[in-house]
Amino acid sequence: MPTSETIRKHTILPLTRVEGHGKVTIHRNGDGEVEQARLHIVEFRGFERFILGRPYWEVPVIVQRLCGICPVSHHLAAAKAMDRIVGGERLTPTAEKIRRLMHHGQMFQSHALHFFHLASPDFLFGTDGTAASAFSAPVEQRNVLAVAARHPDLAVQGVMMRRYGQEIIRATAGKKIHGTGAIPGGVNKNLSLSERDALLRDAGRMLAWARGALAIARDFTMDHLVELTPFGSFDSNHLSLVRGADGALDLYDGVLRAVDKDGNRLVDDVDYQRYLEVVGEEVRPWSYMKFPFLKKLGPEQGWYRVGPLARLNTCSFIDTPEAEAARRTFLSLTKGRPNNVTMCYHWARMIELLHSIESIRVLLEDPDLQGEDLVVTGPRREETVGVIEAPRGTLFHHYRVNRNDEVTLCNLIVSTTHNNEPMNRAVTRVAKDHLRGGDGIPEGLLNHIEVAIRAYDPCLSCATHAVGGMPLIVELHDADGVVVDRRVRGGG
Amino acid sequence: MSSKARIATVSLAGCFGCHMSILDIDQRILQLADLVEFDRSPINDYKDFQGRCAVGIVEGGCCNEENVHVLERFRRQCDVLVSLGDCAINGGIPAMRNNIPLRECLEDAYLKSPGVYNPAGTVPNDPELPLLLNRLYPCHEVVRIDHFIPGCPPPADAIWDALVGLLTGKPVAPVYNRLKYD
Ligand code: SF4
Repeated sequence: MPTSETIRKHTILPLTRVEGHGKVTIHRNGDGEVEQARLHIVEFRGFERFILGRPYWEVPVIVQRLCGICPVSHHLAAAKAMDRIVGGERLTPTAEKIRRLMHHGQMFQSHALHFFHLASPDFLFGTDGTAASAFSAPVEQRNVLAVAARHPDLAVQGVMMRRYGQEIIRATAGKKIHGTGAIPGGVNKNLSLSERDALLRDAGRMLAWARGALAIARDFTMDHLVELTPFGSFDSNHLSLVRGADGALDLYDGVLRAVDKDGNRLVDDVDYQRYLEVVGEEVRPWSYMKFPFLKKLGPEQGWYRVGPLARLNTCSFIDTPEAEAARRTFLSLTKGRPNNVTMCYHWARMIELLHSIESIRVLLEDPDLQGEDLVVTGPRREETVGVIEAPRGTLFHHYRVNRNDEVTLCNLIVSTTHNNEPMNRAVTRVAKDHLRGGDGIPEGLLNHIEVAIRAYDPCLSCATHAVGGMPLIVELHDADGVVVDRRVRGGG
Repeated sequence: MSSKARIATVSLAGCFGCHMSILDIDQRILQLADLVEFDRSPINDYKDFQGRCAVGIVEGGCCNEENVHVLERFRRQCDVLVSLGDCAINGGIPAMRNNIPLRECLEDAYLKSPGVYNPAGTVPNDPELPLLLNRLYPCHEVVRIDHFIPGCPPPADAIWDALVGLLTGKPVAPVYNRLKYD
């Protein structure tokens, strides 16, 4: 073990323009070289444990409180799981389409939020036109309000696109954040004609803006390809759901597919009820977030990426025309092989943004959305897995429910958790490539590290669901400095 | 530093839904930029306070020692402190863990959960991880809180009205049909 004299450690806390609670430590040896960098998930909340004993129908409403950024993903993954508990997994056309619309609304708002509100300052403020200088823009400029001051049109588009997605969620789930629309076996409302017309009215404008956002992401990537290609990059495996019948990109349902860095199939379209045969999760002492891996390859070799980049690498095609054309352009860069460039996540994300608005337009025209057959049930089951492609990647919910309707087992593997090893590698790579010598680390270079993390659009908030604990001695003082509570070790 | 009122925001043990509800004021966020200057907040890159703030907005209760330190710092740096949302006000959904012994939680997640690979049988215990509190504490049990905006999350309109009221010194009448319980 290195001693404290030889190791110098730098901490970035809190991570900003990243949704959730984490910090990064960079460990350098006596010669100032970076040995390792770590992304720590520092918070824990305990959903998997405290959900036990609750009635199953509460679950889709409770678990979305894991994450206020993509609550719909948790809401729907849990609802899909509970569909199977009540024997209602073959939803009515109305219910399935309402849920798909809700999910595309969520994709659209989340991708717009990430691109415009969180990541765009890194693209737009280059001082001499290079990517590296953009990442080193002064700290006062690195926020969405600075974007609004310099590029008002773009900022307004970002705000309005996010709002459009949120309006779709409100129309289908009842509330923009933490709605209640999906229930075991179906949905609790359809889409009224007036809601539909209001959404259709803006859809054309949203499509045009989505094309524009895609162009920004594509052009930025192409213009800076030389610098971006090595930035936080490495070869990896990729995992996602794809549509069972034909391998199309499908964000709501499908089968599990994984490919290696060259595109060879590692997991060949497996039913996700068998997810435990496919993935395992490693525990490491320095983070509350586990490290998933493909069981077939083991913890050393089996780690993989999820999310927009992975989805474009695994799917066979996209079933909407403009996004499919964009996918072909994207893949031509790597001659049809998987794209392993970390910074290409943004481009992939904007292709999905376009896919979502194309899909929203098709769905809104479908008269099934006004159908009145909303819920189905059948023979009860005791165990169930619900999987969905959340904005940030594959999301697993696994439950057991007893005859008294109580949840007796809950296992969640959230999108950001799958990207744990990749994010740690990206951070280490950037730290090794960009931090040298000297005692301190310039503020702009620290942003480089966050840029690499931000490419994954991690929702660290989701990732803190796991329960953990450490020996603890806690004194809690009230506002007047009086000790109000004291507990020693182990809690409880 | 400009003379605009400064606002800081933070997410403690919350889900970011309350911050998302702030963003749901939509175009008014650009209006807000005319009224205030944002100090430290997850939406910009300031890691710590740049100066004294008129208003501090807190999402989430306290689940670990770091949350407590950050909250105390907010109290020192802000004239007015607002608990935004049910987690800040009463612990919210994460407070459901309050009745469960920590050790049981820990074994469930890191030793017993299906698919877990943990040959050493350890649970996360690195010094970088802040110590957990025995339970979730609402913010007002840790520091004095001046205002409370309920909801999970509070609706964007309620946040907007409260902010404008605070910044202009005009009292805000609660609109009861905005409150939803689910
Ligand atoms: S009050 Fe609700 S929306 Fe706000 S942080 Fe807590 S769970 Fe999230």
